[in-house]
Amino acid sequence: MKSPKFDYVRAGSVADAMTAYAEADGDAVFVSGGHSVVPSLALRLQAPALMIDLSAIEALSGIDLRDGWLRIGAMTRHAQAMTDPLIATHAPLFAAAAPFVAHPAIRNRGTLGGSLAHADPASEFPAAALAMRAELEIASAQGIRRVPADDFFVDIYETAIEPGEVLQAIHVPCAVAGQMVAFDEIARRRGDYAMVGAAVQAVSAGEGLQDVSIAMFSVGNRPVRAASAQVALTGRALDAPAIAAAQAALADDLDPPDDPQFPASMRLHLARVLLGRVLAKLETAA
Amino acid sequence: MNIEIALTVNGETVRETVEPRTSLADLLRDRLRLTGTHLGCEMGSCGACLVMLDGAPVHACLVLAVQADGQKVETIEGLNESGHVSDLQAQFHDRNALQCGFCTNGMVMSAQALLSDNPRPSRAEIRDALSGNYCRCTGYEAIVDAIAATADRRAGIGETVE
Ligand SMILES: Cc1cc2nc3c(=O)[nH]c(=O)nc-3n(C[C@H](O)[C@H](O)[C@H](O)COP(=O)(O)OP(=O)(O)OC[C@H]3O[C@@H](n4cnc5c(N)ncnc54)[C@H](O)[C@@H]3O)c2cc1C
Ligand code: FES
Ligand code: FES
Repeated sequence: MKSPKFDYVRAGSVADAMTAYAEADGDAVFVSGGHSVVPSLALRLQAPALMIDLSAIEALSGIDLRDGWLRIGAMTRHAQAMTDPLIATHAPLFAAAAPFVAHPAIRNRGTLGGSLAHADPASEFPAAALAMRAELEIASAQGIRRVPADDFFVDIYETAIEPGEVLQAIHVPCAVAGQMVAFDEIARRRGDYAMVGAAVQAVSAGEGLQDVSIAMFSVGNRPVRAASAQVALTGRALDAPAIAAAQAALADDLDPPDDPQFPASMRLHLARVLLGRVLAKLETAA
Repeated sequence: MNIEIALTVNGETVRETVEPRTSLADLLRDRLRLTGTHLGCEMGSCGACLVMLDGAPVHACLVLAVQADGQKVETIEGLNESGHVSDLQAQFHDRNALQCGFCTNGMVMSAQALLSDNPRPSRAEIRDALSGNYCRCTGYEAIVDAIAATADRRAGIGETVE
């Protein structure tokens, strides 16, 4: 289908974008890569009066190290996450997740900021951000605030970004010595949204695993931190009994819904199988 | 609202006035009559509409013409005239890697991008690169063969198809 009519403005700055939104009385949509917005317009799922293009705003691009954090501009394309050396070193779960996101041509346009702001619960980057304990830099008329990923994802397609606010950047704490990561998902076809997915980060230290961080996705209305599974692994060597304990603990962390494709029990089963695989990959990476 | 845009299409500067909702694909097909860019799903799923935007393949159904203002677009007509894909085209032809031809534009775009990033891809890598391109006719096998054979030829392995 074709999109309904709308007006268009290419914002030169974040302030301009927020002003344009306010002047349209909120009957507007921000666009970055446009690969979620444009299909939704073509399908006539929304019909805003104004599209505000964020892609030319300089403050939203660039990737740099600042005080122990990697700042990744919201406009960073999925494809860049696969090739950027700073992301590979300091935000490795974004690099690991990117090949699972859609298809090559979509990755040339889709942005990290757009993916996080869109907050599809079956999306890869939101889970990677949660597992890396990223913080999201949001601009509003009142100023700039940083929201931890644990508080950012609120519900299906809903985040801590209020209407008219702009996600400017993603801050990821720099990798520490001994840090291991692994990412995987189960999908019916390459490039599809996951049936279930897992992003894991941990530090291997003398006294066993530390700083274990596990984010599961496509298991509910937002990416979910598997807190019980994290506890089950902390301080232990990464061996078969520890992995089994983490898999068992997932029942306390996840409460997947029944859905038309398959029952909740199957999703929990798949999540356990996948967590086992991902932890085994961590092991070999160590 | 109408917006004036200027972009480079196949090396030529094009000035047009468009509604913001006009997709790059509609601009190319309806205004510029470059109908080698096909439209199937108009939602990013089928890959029939791929064009090169500043050198990288993108879905022309998901890029608005206004977003392409100031950028360089290359369509299959441009690639064809440049001769840069003539070996790929010959392999597609030789191996029956197209039947109705609806998907072929996108297949050639994806293949060309793959081979410029990764000149010696495995068959699995070729399949991965085509994950966003649907073909309802060939069963894909001949397409993968054609791309693998082109990679071999470009690396100087095997005979050239005339
Ligand atoms: C065929 C197809 C397959 C796909 N498969 C996958 C997949 O497997 N996994 C996956 O995760 N994604 C997938 N996607 C989605 C794709 O990755 C999107 O590009 C991405 O989710 C959104 O990024 P974008 O830059 O295109 O955002 P846009 O479409 O531009 O925006 C998305 C939403 O975020 C808002 N927004 C964007 N930027 C900002 C900002 N800086 N501040 C505030 N709000 C903002 C917009 O208003 C909009 O509501 C697929 C898309 C298609 C078309
Ligand atoms: S028409 Fe663009 S992907 Fe199908
Ligand atoms: S040749 Fe008909 S769709 Fe591919």
